[in-house]
Amino acid sequence: MGKTLAEKILAERSGTDAWANDIVISRVDLVFVQDTTGPLTIRLFNETGIGRPAVPERTILFMDHAAPSPARQLSTDHVFMREFGRQSGCVVSDVGEGVCHQIVAERYARPGEVVVGADSHSVTAGGLGAFGTGMGSSDVAVAMALGRNWFRVPESLGITLTGQLSPPVCSKDLILYLIGLLGADGATYMALEFSGPGVASLTVPDRLVVSNMAVEAGAKAGLFPSDERTRDFLESMERGHDYVPLFPDADAKYAGAIRVALDSLVPVVSCPHTVDNVSPAAELGDVRVDQVFLGTCTNGRIEDIAMVAAMVSGRKKAESTRVLVAPASRQVLLRAIEQGHIATLVEFGATILPPGCAGCLGLHQGILGDGEVCLSTANRNFKGRMGNPDAFVYLASPATAAATAIRGCITDPREIS
Amino acid sequence: MADSVFKGNAITIGDDVSTDDIIPGRFAHLRSNLPELATHTLEDRLPGFYERAQPGDILVGGRNFGLGSSREHAPVVIRMAGISAILVRSVARIFYRNAINQGLAVLICDTSGITDGDELEIRLNDGIVVNHRAGEELSCGRMPPLMSNILAAGGLIPYIKEHGTLDSGT
Repeated sequence: MGKTLAEKILAERSGTDAWANDIVISRVDLVFVQDTTGPLTIRLFNETGIGRPAVPERTILFMDHAAPSPARQLSTDHVFMREFGRQSGCVVSDVGEGVCHQIVAERYARPGEVVVGADSHSVTAGGLGAFGTGMGSSDVAVAMALGRNWFRVPESLGITLTGQLSPPVCSKDLILYLIGLLGADGATYMALEFSGPGVASLTVPDRLVVSNMAVEAGAKAGLFPSDERTRDFLESMERGHDYVPLFPDADAKYAGAIRVALDSLVPVVSCPHTVDNVSPAAELGDVRVDQVFLGTCTNGRIEDIAMVAAMVSGRKKAESTRVLVAPASRQVLLRAIEQGHIATLVEFGATILPPGCAGCLGLHQGILGDGEVCLSTANRNFKGRMGNPDAFVYLASPATAAATAIRGCITDPREIS
Repeated sequence: MADSVFKGNAITIGDDVSTDDIIPGRFAHLRSNLPELATHTLEDRLPGFYERAQPGDILVGGRNFGLGSSREHAPVVIRMAGISAILVRSVARIFYRNAINQGLAVLICDTSGITDGDELEIRLNDGIVVNHRAGEELSCGRMPPLMSNILAAGGLIPYIKEHGTLDSGT
C-alpha cells in the first residue's frame, strides 16, 4: 500500500514508517510566531529552560498582525520580540515586511518540509508541498526548543480536481465551495490533499489560497503536490534550488474522496457569521457594502492586486463604499508599484495600507462600525472578527471584491465587463 | 500532578464557539496582561461569564468548540476564569492541543442532555462524566497516552521540564 503526501512527509521527517493515525515525533524544519502569539510563545520557551532555539536561523519572529502597532501594549510586545530576536539569533521580520504566511512562501518553506507556526493559517505552506500546520504557543515553544514536536499523522481526504477555472472564477471560489460542502468541522484532524489533472492548471499563488483556508474546514493541513508549477514559483522567488518533486503514491489510501470540476464553479460568497455559510454571489440579492477589503494571507498577493487593478482601471469606486488594499508583503507592494497597479487603485478611490494583516482580525486599520457590512478577501467572518460583534463580514474572491467595490453591493464579477 | 476528578456546575454554551468568541482579536493589546485579558472571556457570546464563573465550574459546549485561531490565550483565559474542565460534543484540533498543553482537560462526550447549572462530576481515569441532576453517566472519548501524560503533568511545558524530551511519552 502506498502513502499519502501527509504520510510521506511525516514518515520521512520522523524517520519511521508512519501511517495515518500513528503518533510520531517529527523534525520541524521551520518554526515561526507572529506578534499576537509570539510573546506568549517566547515566555513559554524561556520557561522550558532549554535556553537556545534548536535552529535560530530557521525560527522567524514576524510582526504583522499589529503593523504598525496601534497601542502601546502591542508596541511593547514588539520591543520584547525584537529583544528576544537579538539575544537568541532568531530572524526578526519587522513591521512593514508583511504577513508571515506570505513571507514563508516567498523565502522559506520548501516542498517536503514540516512547517509549524503559532498561527492557524500556517497551513498555507501546503500550497508549496510542505506540511504546514498551525499550533498554539506551548507546542511552538517546544518546536523552537527541540526542533521537533509530536504529530498524529492525519488521515487524508482526497480532492480530485479536473478541468480549469473559468475567469473571473478564482481559486478562492474553489476553497469556499469546498468549505461550504464539508462544513466548518468536516475535515477536523484530517489533511485535505489535492490531486488530479486540474491541479496543473493552478499556479502556486492559486494553491496558497486553497491551502490557507483548509483550516476553515477544520483540517490540519491542505496539501498540494510539488510539481512543475512549484518549480516555476520557486524560480520566480530566486530559489529554484529549493525545488524537489513530491507526489503521493498512486495506491495511497484516502479517508474519503471528492471530485470537483473546476469549470463548473461559480463566484461564491461566505456569509456572516460562519465560513461554511456559502452562497453563489449572484443569488445574494441586494447586499449593500460599506467597506471592501483586499488583502491578507489569503488574497493579498500580486496576482490578486493585478486582477483587481485590471477590473477597476478607469473606473471610480461606488461613492458609499470604502476600499482598503493591504499588499501581503513588501515584495508584493514593490511589484504592485512597479507594475502601475497602486496608481490604478488610488485613482479608483482605494486606500492603500502597509503590508501586513491590516483589519483582518479587528485590531486596527479598518474596524467596522455598528451595523456595517464588509466584503473581505480574508479567511474568517466570525462574529466580532473585524473588531465589532455588531458588524457583518462576507468573504469572497478578489474578482468579487472588485465588482463589489464598483457597484457598492455584493456583485458577481461576471456582471462586470 | 493535575487532578483526575472534577466536580462543578455546568455553564452551557452552544455549538461553534470560536476563539474570536472566547477572546476577540480586538483585545490583542491585552495578551501580555493575562489577568485583565481574562475579564473579557466569552463576553460577546455569554455576557457576564467572567463574573458568573465560579472556581471548579465546567464549561459545556456542543460541536466544533474552539474553532479558529491558534491563540493559546483562549484556553488560558477560560482556565483563569475558574473553569476546571471543558466538555464538548467535538473540538477543533488546535484548541484541543492548546487546552491540554495548558493543563485544562477537554473531554468529548454527548453533551446534549446537560443543562445549565447541572451538577457534574468528571472521573478522568474512568472516562466517565456523572450528571447528578439527571442521574446519568456519560462516557467520554479517550485521548492518546502522550496527551494524557501531558495533561497529568499539568501541561506541555511542565512535561518538558520534567522529562526534557517528548520521546518518553509515546
